[in-house]
Amino acid sequence: MIKRTIFSLGAAFLSMFAVNSHAAYALNLRAPATDIAGQVYGLHMLILWICIGIFILVFGLMFYSIFKHRKSVGHKAVQFHENHLLEVVWTIIPVIILAAMAYPATKTIVAMKDTSAADMSIKVTGSQWKWAYDYLDQDVKFISTLSTPQDQVHNKAEKGENYLLEVDNPLVVPVGKKVKILLTASDVIHAWWVPSFGVKQDAIPGFVRETWFRADKTGTYRGQCAELCGKAHGFMPIVVEVKEQADYDAWLSAQKDAAAAADAGADKEWTKVDLVAQGEAVYNKNCSVCHGATGAGIPPAFPAMTGSAVATGPLEGHLDIILNGKNIMPAWRDVLNDTDIAAVIAYERNALGNSTGDFIQPSAVKAAR
Amino acid sequence: MSTTTATHHDDHEDHGHPTGVMRWVASTNHKDIGTMYLWFSLFMFFFAGALALGIRAELFQPGLQFIEPENFNKLTTLHGLIMIFGAIMPAFVGFANWMIPLMIGTSDLAFPRLNNMSFWLMIPAAILLMASIFVPGGAVAGGWTMYPPLSVQNPSMGVDMTILALHILGISSIVGSINIITTILNMRAPGMSLMKMPLFVWTWLITAFLLIASMPVLAGALTMLLTDRHFGTTFFDAAGGGDPVLFQHVFWFFGHPEVYIMILPAFGLISTIIPTFARKPLFGYASMVYATSAIALLSFVVWAHHMFTTGMPVAGQLFFMYSTMLISVPTGVKVFNWIATMWKGSLTFETPMLFSVAVVLLFTIGGFSGLVLAIVPVDIQLQDTYYVVAHFHYVLFSGAAMAIMGAVYYWIPKWTGFMYDESLGKTHFWLTTIAFNITFFPMHFTGLAGMPRRIPDYALQFAEFNMISSIGAFALGVSQLLFLYIVVKTIRGGKLAGDNPWETVEGLEWTVPSPAPFHTFETPPTVK
Repeated sequence: MIKRTIFSLGAAFLSMFAVNSHAAYALNLRAPATDIAGQVYGLHMLILWICIGIFILVFGLMFYSIFKHRKSVGHKAVQFHENHLLEVVWTIIPVIILAAMAYPATKTIVAMKDTSAADMSIKVTGSQWKWAYDYLDQDVKFISTLSTPQDQVHNKAEKGENYLLEVDNPLVVPVGKKVKILLTASDVIHAWWVPSFGVKQDAIPGFVRETWFRADKTGTYRGQCAELCGKAHGFMPIVVEVKEQADYDAWLSAQKDAAAAADAGADKEWTKVDLVAQGEAVYNKNCSVCHGATGAGIPPAFPAMTGSAVATGPLEGHLDIILNGKNIMPAWRDVLNDTDIAAVIAYERNALGNSTGDFIQPSAVKAAR
Repeated sequence: MSTTTATHHDDHEDHGHPTGVMRWVASTNHKDIGTMYLWFSLFMFFFAGALALGIRAELFQPGLQFIEPENFNKLTTLHGLIMIFGAIMPAFVGFANWMIPLMIGTSDLAFPRLNNMSFWLMIPAAILLMASIFVPGGAVAGGWTMYPPLSVQNPSMGVDMTILALHILGISSIVGSINIITTILNMRAPGMSLMKMPLFVWTWLITAFLLIASMPVLAGALTMLLTDRHFGTTFFDAAGGGDPVLFQHVFWFFGHPEVYIMILPAFGLISTIIPTFARKPLFGYASMVYATSAIALLSFVVWAHHMFTTGMPVAGQLFFMYSTMLISVPTGVKVFNWIATMWKGSLTFETPMLFSVAVVLLFTIGGFSGLVLAIVPVDIQLQDTYYVVAHFHYVLFSGAAMAIMGAVYYWIPKWTGFMYDESLGKTHFWLTTIAFNITFFPMHFTGLAGMPRRIPDYALQFAEFNMISSIGAFALGVSQLLFLYIVVKTIRGGKLAGDNPWETVEGLEWTVPSPAPFHTFETPPTVK
């Protein structure tokens, strides 16, 4: 009964706001795309209406008193205080109302926590400031970063429709399948949040947390990191594309083909010019957020690349720090492929104000792993 | 306050009582120390408010305009820390100093020299906090909660300065609390039993116990953070067997009682003001005392409701949801009591009463959004969004800060001997209340629509409400200059207040002259 009330309340409001979910002056939670998000929506509406009802009742009395019991209209104070019956009543009634709220909430909590019987699992790793997605058992993994151009952020270009909510490689999942998310982080705490799925879970370095969702309809769903994770916390969005099973299968095999092609690239002999050219793209996507697009860095936290002892010192040391990280600097061995690492090393040593002239081949990176 | 000295100067020359700067530096007088606390708090309120205007200027439009993201994080962090530890808490201690001895009919606090130390410890702490902006690497930028690993990762000395500042403030609070508890339990006028104490004294007694119980917990968390940063310990690093979430448990075990430390004295203030202007006693004195105690006890078993998204077992989420929801019962008792006190009174609406009525109404909105946030599934959707920002500003600004402003208007005649300018006071009230709601009410909507907090730039669908919030924030900030003007104007002169300007029948503070002489109740009054 209560559940039905929640849903009818929720549905009524959905119809009012659903069309508005991306428009200006949005007033309510985003349109749910999963059963759990629908329950959350309904719970919020239930509690909101109860609170509005209590508010009108209680403050109706207060404003009645403010207008009728004022000295300026000649009201004389009636000297009463304490009434045990009244005090017991206004203690008991809230307890009953709270129990009515807690019952449906408890059922939703239990449902949210049930990660069993998932159709597929994706390991999600948050790091400053990107998300890595690893399709377990599929051998597909990639990094997802903000694709909004910096010119838009710095007001040099007009902002696009999905400003700050767009990525280069969205997470792709099939519709109607229970997707288990295994969440962790490589540096600091992040939180993976897709409002339309009703999913928000902290990603905690050194631990794996689980959550899940089952999207009801195809479409693109956008969210953001929800736990302060440093300077670019506002710039690591999450985009999930929900596709029909056939489209998802096609996407998956295309991903596998692309990964195979990249692996093949690691075995060929590269020229310095080609490596530096590819390295610029890798650097701008992965490294510039800390070390700066011009290599200036933000000392002392983020050292400059220009004239850096690492980037102008021995190649082995340079490769080691990229593969394994150091202090704040993350380890990139599981994130970038051999070609990308060789390319970014070539770029850092032969651009950004450095000109050591040397570089290493992707095959050497493969050997060093 | 200069009038106070002038009038009573002669009485005290023979006590060897210092004058000039030393009057303040070496003061052991509860009124002078209370005055210093209140001025300190007002200064920090303006400082942290200016930081908030920096935040709102950046958020006026999408895109990065004025403040780089790493500096934006410093602004939000320092704004929070300074408002909590520099503005709200010292203001309440200022009221405790000034009013508790006057309300319980004693001459001073139990340990006047400790009282001096409590105040002067705050100055180096404030300097450390503010100076951290200027060291290489800058101020702490990980949010006022300073979660590791982010706060361990930040190499700036500013983080260490903040940790040290909070340690010092903790010592100051603990020492002050011991002083207040000792005073209240031992130095009440003959005849004033515990259940005859003014409610403000009751709320401070309970608050002081909360401070003693929670501040050492914060000190523990901060010390572990410091050793993780510098001495290779791994309390919060999984690579060495620690757990980042441990910090959050310890921090919020302090942090939730801290929330009530900042609101219970405000409850005491408005429980004092409303009966005066309703010309009726407080409806349920005993139930108010029990409700305050219940809130204080519950505050120690709800901490993990700040952590529902960290991933805890179902049993944990259920326990913390139920315990959190329960808090609304004693809080509701308080709201009902205030309204029952107004009911069939003979109400007038001078500035202190206007502030108190606004606190009852707006704090309740913050209470309702707190109840929404207690519901775990909804909290998971709203955690770390602007909805939470709206929620805690409704309880801390329109709860604590506006209660403090109302209480300043209520007692400033006693402190200075002069009435404030009533029409200016009312103007300040309306400007503050309207600007506050323009600033913070739209944040409920941006939060529901999915805007995370602590971001310097946002998606386009949040632009309209953010612009409204920013306009409101600047209006709110400018309105407070009027408050400063009114306070200064009142100190400099005005209509004479008389001993009991509100013609209230309750409160020993109204039996002494206005301005309150340097020494009061050297012979305790008898309470019937």
